[in-house]
Amino acid sequence: MQNFTKFGRREMLAGGTLGLAATAASAALINGESASTTQLSSDALPDTTPDLTGAPYLSHAEAGLVGAVFDRLIPQDDLSIGAVEAGCVDFLQRQLAGDWGHAATRYRAGPFRPGTPEQGDQSPLTPRERYRTGLKAMALAVSKATAKAFGDLSADEQDDFLRAMEAGHHGDTLKSVFALMLQNVREGYFADPLYGGNKDMAGWALVGFPGARYDYRQEIDRPGADLGLAPVSLMGRTRVPGQAGGAA
Amino acid sequence: MSAGKSKARRIARVALPVIGAAVVLAGVLTWRANDASADDVADGTTAMQALPAPDPASVARGRAVAIAADCSACHTRPGGGAAFAGGYPLETPFGTIMSSNITPDRANGIGNWTEHDFFKAVRHGQSPDHFLYPAMPYTAYVQISDEDMHDLWAYIRSLKPVSAVPERTDLPFPFNLRILVSGWNLLFFDNAPFQTDASHDAAWNRGRYLTDALAHCGTCHTSKNFLGADRSHHYLAGGTLSGWHAPDLTGSAQTGLASWSEQDLISYLQTGSNDHAVAAGPMAEAVEHSTQKMPAADLGAIAGYLKSLPAHSDNAAPKALAASDPVMQQGALTYHTQCSACHTPKGQGIAGMATHLADNAAVRAEDPTSLIHAVLMGAKAARTDANPTGAGMPSFGWRLSDEEVAAALTHVRNTNGNAAAPVTANQVASLRKSLDAREAR
Amino acid sequence: MASALTQTPRTRGKVDAVIVGLGWSGSLMAEELTRAGLNVVAIERGKWRDTATDFPPAVDMDELRWATRRGMMQPQAVETVTFRNTPEQTALPVREWNCFQFGWNVGGAGTHWAGMTWRFTPWDFEVASRVKRRYGMDGLDPGLLLQDWGIGYDELEPFYDRFEKIAGTSGKAGNLKGQTVPGGNPFEGPRQSDYPTPPLKDTRWMGLFRQTTEAMGYTPFTIPAGNISTEWTNPLGVRMGPCTYCGYCEMFGCGNWSKSSPQACILPALTRRSKFEILSEAEVARVNLADDGKTATGVTFVDANGQLWEQPADIVVISAYQIDNIRLMLLSGIGKVYDPATGKGTIGRNYAYQTISGANLFFENERFNPFIGGGALGLQIDEWNGDNFDHSGLGFIGGAGILVNSTNGRPIGLSDQVPEGTPAWGSEWKRALKHSYQNGTAIFNQGTSFAHRKVFADLDPTYKDRHGQPLLRVTFDYNENDRRMAKFTMDKAVEIGRKAGAKTIQAFNSAEGHNTPYDQRSTHTTGGVVIGADRETSALNRYSQSWDCHNVFVLGASSFPNNAGYNPTATVGALALHSARAIIERYLDKREGLVAA
Repeated sequence: MQNFTKFGRREMLAGGTLGLAATAASAALINGESASTTQLSSDALPDTTPDLTGAPYLSHAEAGLVGAVFDRLIPQDDLSIGAVEAGCVDFLQRQLAGDWGHAATRYRAGPFRPGTPEQGDQSPLTPRERYRTGLKAMALAVSKATAKAFGDLSADEQDDFLRAMEAGHHGDTLKSVFALMLQNVREGYFADPLYGGNKDMAGWALVGFPGARYDYRQEIDRPGADLGLAPVSLMGRTRVPGQAGGAA
Repeated sequence: MSAGKSKARRIARVALPVIGAAVVLAGVLTWRANDASADDVADGTTAMQALPAPDPASVARGRAVAIAADCSACHTRPGGGAAFAGGYPLETPFGTIMSSNITPDRANGIGNWTEHDFFKAVRHGQSPDHFLYPAMPYTAYVQISDEDMHDLWAYIRSLKPVSAVPERTDLPFPFNLRILVSGWNLLFFDNAPFQTDASHDAAWNRGRYLTDALAHCGTCHTSKNFLGADRSHHYLAGGTLSGWHAPDLTGSAQTGLASWSEQDLISYLQTGSNDHAVAAGPMAEAVEHSTQKMPAADLGAIAGYLKSLPAHSDNAAPKALAASDPVMQQGALTYHTQCSACHTPKGQGIAGMATHLADNAAVRAEDPTSLIHAVLMGAKAARTDANPTGAGMPSFGWRLSDEEVAAALTHVRNTNGNAAAPVTANQVASLRKSLDAREAR
Repeated sequence: MASALTQTPRTRGKVDAVIVGLGWSGSLMAEELTRAGLNVVAIERGKWRDTATDFPPAVDMDELRWATRRGMMQPQAVETVTFRNTPEQTALPVREWNCFQFGWNVGGAGTHWAGMTWRFTPWDFEVASRVKRRYGMDGLDPGLLLQDWGIGYDELEPFYDRFEKIAGTSGKAGNLKGQTVPGGNPFEGPRQSDYPTPPLKDTRWMGLFRQTTEAMGYTPFTIPAGNISTEWTNPLGVRMGPCTYCGYCEMFGCGNWSKSSPQACILPALTRRSKFEILSEAEVARVNLADDGKTATGVTFVDANGQLWEQPADIVVISAYQIDNIRLMLLSGIGKVYDPATGKGTIGRNYAYQTISGANLFFENERFNPFIGGGALGLQIDEWNGDNFDHSGLGFIGGAGILVNSTNGRPIGLSDQVPEGTPAWGSEWKRALKHSYQNGTAIFNQGTSFAHRKVFADLDPTYKDRHGQPLLRVTFDYNENDRRMAKFTMDKAVEIGRKAGAKTIQAFNSAEGHNTPYDQRSTHTTGGVVIGADRETSALNRYSQSWDCHNVFVLGASSFPNNAGYNPTATVGALALHSARAIIERYLDKREGLVAA
């Protein structure tokens, strides 16, 4: 048995044979020519529900700290709901439980050496590890600087601390976890609600993005017009203005 | 979207043996239904393997017969089985029927048969050993002419013997009693040869012969009674089997071929698509294996014959649902966000790739099974020499709820020149279950 | 790491040709060779992925998955490069998603590309001789490696034409057989026929750019696009549908057959041929050479379960990603490795990139509706590209296509699109983003890139891939020519932005500082195994045939001795078709080098 996927004429016609290992001698998968299915291949479905049956990766305290930060990065205001209400912490927990949290795609072989800025991040850590070490260091640094927990600071004090983190005044670890949190909160706020954030497509409504649509042939003929398109999620559900809940 | 011959559906007829038990008594009548004396024109003395090589001209003609009758589709194992060596599993409510090896192999094929044996099996469902289940469409093939049978025999003889042994067909009791088929034949088998209709020209008769005898279109396109036999007064008016609806082929304006020209039909059978429809599902198989390889004159004859059929139904179109209907509005949103990228905002489709939904009789079919099937499971368009593209409809089962599918299809059935009964969420739910489609998240 | 490569390989049956990497080049070559009757096996590292089953509208409009997490692309964990700016530095692995966007499926990067389908201009193929003739070399960066391609535009024209017809490219000719045609690019080389399908429509921003540049005396034209405007049936009988301006294009597969790709344009026909088969999820480790070192005997590859195989073949076509083409040549020991100290050797030489500058623009009361988009949906002016203007006294050669591109309105990717000085978070950021989502845009200069003595690729001494083979090491930085050119064209972009009425204009010039692979404004790395007329400075002859191994042909942007101010794909396609014709019409009879050394 050979383990590459092999396609001759007949298998290709089958369309859905990927993943079937053919025998060495014969190409032919059948009449698959037409018996083929066009079900989406199983790995074509989005991975939205990593196993959360166990405890989520971030502890209650860690998630609380992340939530407090997220709500300063994307705060509730007259424009839209805040990041926590939009589900961004839940989004992050799911991401950390999945391939991304484990740096599944990252090149992780050593040796690990510091490089030039142009050579980019050379850390051996996964996003899960960056959160764990970064949040711990952040809690310590906050406590050291203010003698309080981050959540007990006023909004202005929180913003001051975050600006200092962002600028690197608290060291590389904090600078790095800040960047990661900023990246993830934006992802959670703007990714399809399928992934746990962007509740009621609040992020899309904020900027006016119509979401998971696939045909603007009628709209391109109205350049510059206010199209009034309600956002639609990948699950096909629409945002009903003013109505809470209900987004997929 | 259209459905056509599929082995899977022939099996429905297997239901028949059930009643066979009741009928065994009617011996004399049974004899008539199972009378195969018409096959006596074939030689019954010399086994295939002892015969001299067949005449090449006859082999060539026989190959065309085999293509028109689509023999290899069922007599070839999926996943790379040798052609005609059997092993296609026909799933039936009574168990799985395996098609047989019909290559000239002596041990496992039909190398020991005589021509008479062959005629009797093809035209009367009787092999030297037993009755065939009517999954084998001898109910249609009974009309095949002697000349075509001789040529088909020559072609089968010319094949390379393959020693493959298909799995045994092993239906549970009482369906394992093949003798019961003789009783089914009594009730439902119209044991009569093809009759030329002198009131029509040769092309029309050729068309009817191809439609009824070789291509056995009625197997799918004629609806069946509860025992799996044709409802003859619904001839080619559409049938539903195995999760697909094969549409009305008569001249019905609402659901049939009234708006198709003969050239439309020829293009469809030759390339797999035309300005109205893209063959998918079982009809894609029929086009790929059979009709695209048929001579243009034969396709023209079929087209002429089908276009001569009077409307089965003169039902007027119902009034289309109002666009303001809440279900229509929900459907419109789904359509515009998920369907229009291929079917276009006005339902024009993409030529040869995505079905033209506007003013399409198949979209208005009384039975929306094929529409639901395509949305839930996706559908693969036919890939032919003339159009190798084979565009596919993706499956939306994972992301559209029963209500959303129903609303989208109701919208499609009631816009752009269509008007038809709404599709219900229950219909979608039921097909989702029987097709084992993905649940919506 | 226990390497599969130490196993004793199993051997498959010999074929006429083996194709390494099944993207655009590999598909085009396979189509030609199988049509000519050859038995062809294509080996592809990625999976089979097709329109209806893998990236249809049922799953395609998902920014997080396909763009942010790069779902169509080959992970760095599988293979990456190491990078440094100068030979004095230690190269380190590029560990995260970056500008090298390797394909990760049958179809290669041709499945997730944006679709810009440019021809290079006649000048781009003859830079060395034309620059010497028109300006002389005085005042130019003395490290530049300029050389002609050994093939000219006129010879490639029929192959460009063929590629466009296979791809269904949308556009408007500007030069038909020497006659200037209004509406098209007046600077393009002469074309034998117009584009197969008409140009795409203008978005609001394109309309504003068109109006502005016309008023300035420029000649804007719609960018030739592989996001096609109407239905099309190509010469292989394969059909395509019209682009819907959906805004999920570059980095995505196309869900409705409207973006040119191997899947949409070639594979439906190719996979029906009995003489063709694909081995997917199989990675070629090296080309095997006969004892004479001058003939390839086939390739060695590893399957998904780590089993080692040999695929014997009479012809080996290397048509992987540009980076992998260089690497496979080095791993296989074909040709001489380039040495920057001596300037000798050809493999890894003429590495180049794309030099980007431009201007980010923020308007006040616009409504750009950026979500109406296509990967190649845009306009360009070519007045400042290539040698379309007088460079006397400027101290550089080359230029840039100055373009606007309405690709998408995907909000994760646009969340940084706020004027400089705006906080990156908080209510102020939200307010700025909401405004700039409809009012922010950019003018983008896609500039030439010329090879330089100190820029090259070789094998890394330290870092390995998952099979234990060395990664490719890229030593790259912009040269003085790039910097001057980018600055010059940047100023042009700023001027256009101002005339268009932008309230805030922020100019950018990638070449101002050092290059980093994380600057993802261009993915177009080129060169390393280049064609040419002189075997001392090129790895391949004009037919893309190795000077050193006559039955090895290398296809891809690795062939470019210099990069033009255009996207590479159509030129890659034309070179592949040109090479295929040479194999069929000239090589099969001779089985030797097609150009005397």
